[in-house]
Amino acid sequence: MGMTITEKILAAHADKEYVEPGEIVDCRIDLAMANDITAPLSLEEFEKVGAQKVFDPEKVVFVLDHFTPNKDILSAENCKKIREFSKKYGIVNFFEGGQCGIEHALLPEKGLVVAGDIVIGADSHTCTYGALGAFSTGMGSTDITYGMVTGRIWFKVPESIKFHCYGKWGKWVTGKELILHILGMIGVDGALYSAMEYTGDAIGSLSMDSRFAIANMAIEAGGKNGIFHVDDKTIAFMKEHAARPYTVYASDADARYKEAYEIDASKVGFTVACPSLPSNAKDAGELGNVNVDQVVIGSCTNGRMEDLAMAAEILKGKKVAKDVRCIIIPATPSIYGEAMRRGYFQIFLDAGCIISPPTCGPCLGGHMGILAKGERAVATTNRNFIGRMGHPESEVYLAGPAVAAATAIKGKITRPEEVI
Amino acid sequence: MKLKGKVWKFGDHIDTDIIIPAQYLMHTDPKVLSQHCMEPLAPDFPKKVQPGDIIVSGINFGCGSSREHAPLAITGLGITLIIAKTFARIFYRNAFNKGLALLEADIYDLVEDGDEIEVDISRGIIQCGGKEVHAKPIPPFMEELINEGGLINHLKKKLEG
Repeated sequence: MGMTITEKILAAHADKEYVEPGEIVDCRIDLAMANDITAPLSLEEFEKVGAQKVFDPEKVVFVLDHFTPNKDILSAENCKKIREFSKKYGIVNFFEGGQCGIEHALLPEKGLVVAGDIVIGADSHTCTYGALGAFSTGMGSTDITYGMVTGRIWFKVPESIKFHCYGKWGKWVTGKELILHILGMIGVDGALYSAMEYTGDAIGSLSMDSRFAIANMAIEAGGKNGIFHVDDKTIAFMKEHAARPYTVYASDADARYKEAYEIDASKVGFTVACPSLPSNAKDAGELGNVNVDQVVIGSCTNGRMEDLAMAAEILKGKKVAKDVRCIIIPATPSIYGEAMRRGYFQIFLDAGCIISPPTCGPCLGGHMGILAKGERAVATTNRNFIGRMGHPESEVYLAGPAVAAATAIKGKITRPEEVI
Repeated sequence: MKLKGKVWKFGDHIDTDIIIPAQYLMHTDPKVLSQHCMEPLAPDFPKKVQPGDIIVSGINFGCGSSREHAPLAITGLGITLIIAKTFARIFYRNAFNKGLALLEADIYDLVEDGDEIEVDISRGIIQCGGKEVHAKPIPPFMEELINEGGLINHLKKKLEG
């Protein structure tokens, strides 16, 4: 029996010829990451075990992106602890301040992840790097401590589910619409403990930014990882960003899959996830009048160039509706700079948008755009759980960048062709 | 190990934003976190729950973020066991790493809030509503890890050895 791409990466890192779903494997890791929320707990465990060093100062990464620029004294104290730890143990990849972006946009851009790697992160959206043909998954702080100290971690080899996509995408439809569509099909536990593998011509025609958005939300289906095969676009991305060698793995023709889905790209519309689960998928056109108080375009799902370019195209020469706050959050300093050079900032400012520094901020109800009781937002983020962006009686609708921008103009959930 | 406790029922897909909202994630002390456990759904829960009580849930308990603050908020209340039909995978690992036992069993419709149930955790046997329910066995690998005192003790031994 053949192996899937996920099984092959796990086997290679466990120095095994063959692994199968359900098997427990002890793997080498290429990177262990934590952020300003999860690292403090990791460092407490590091102290408890009495470790003297990290396994490799170049392969432990800290990104201070969640409650930064620090929102209060406690979050500032946490960042200070991580900064001091990083100095003491010579952590090379410590990102804060003007070097810092949203972790899952930043790491690929810095070339810290390449195809064939295993990456673990104390953040559930660590699965994002599957877009590069790597195995990456989120864990808790204690598991990350184990990885930081030993350079290894245990995994249960997941079963794989294949999503084969064919056909042509509609205008303005991105990877975000596809992953929301898939969540609507399979539910928030539809891929529990499983690898979500994407294949087909329609996947090949998606940008890297769209692939990152799809891999990013594997966790929203309960998945262990989302993964893509390496193609010309992946190689071009790695050549631009990474100096490290990469290893290309591909699923065998006779690899085993728990389930397989066929998806016609032309049937994927402007999917929106209604409160309070990412799987409550509906088309933006069938929602009727859903007024909003806030629009957020950003996050580790949709704060990349493709997202900002779409938002700029739609917002150009238009105004954000009265009584709507439209917050744009470029995910990294380099995306921020490029958006500025391309003139998007002037478009956003003329339209009446707020431009935020890179931060996770409002996505998790941290800061920089919290909702009051009864308020409603459309966001290009990844979760719409109860109280996710603020008060327990506020609501979040998840959407792609084009629907979010169109919604900002109309003040109610809107399909992009209605404003162009 | 045997445990007798009162049931607190929570439905399907209880996410970690419900278990502990992000606005409290600057804290790492389980006692502080526990005072906000389940706040968006049941603000009185931390005041009413007693050490040794048992959370019973449906499918996909603990879905969402990787925050280890979630099992800590629960153990901070003195809760040592959750019984759910299924658990989300990151929460599953985190709970065992933090000394919170999880049993997979479908007892949601067999119990009411406040019912007292008796559980043999190591054998996975639950006595509720006059019935004996057998939980899905804990994977042998996880059992070994628990017997060693959890992942951090396992690591300590490794570093000392």
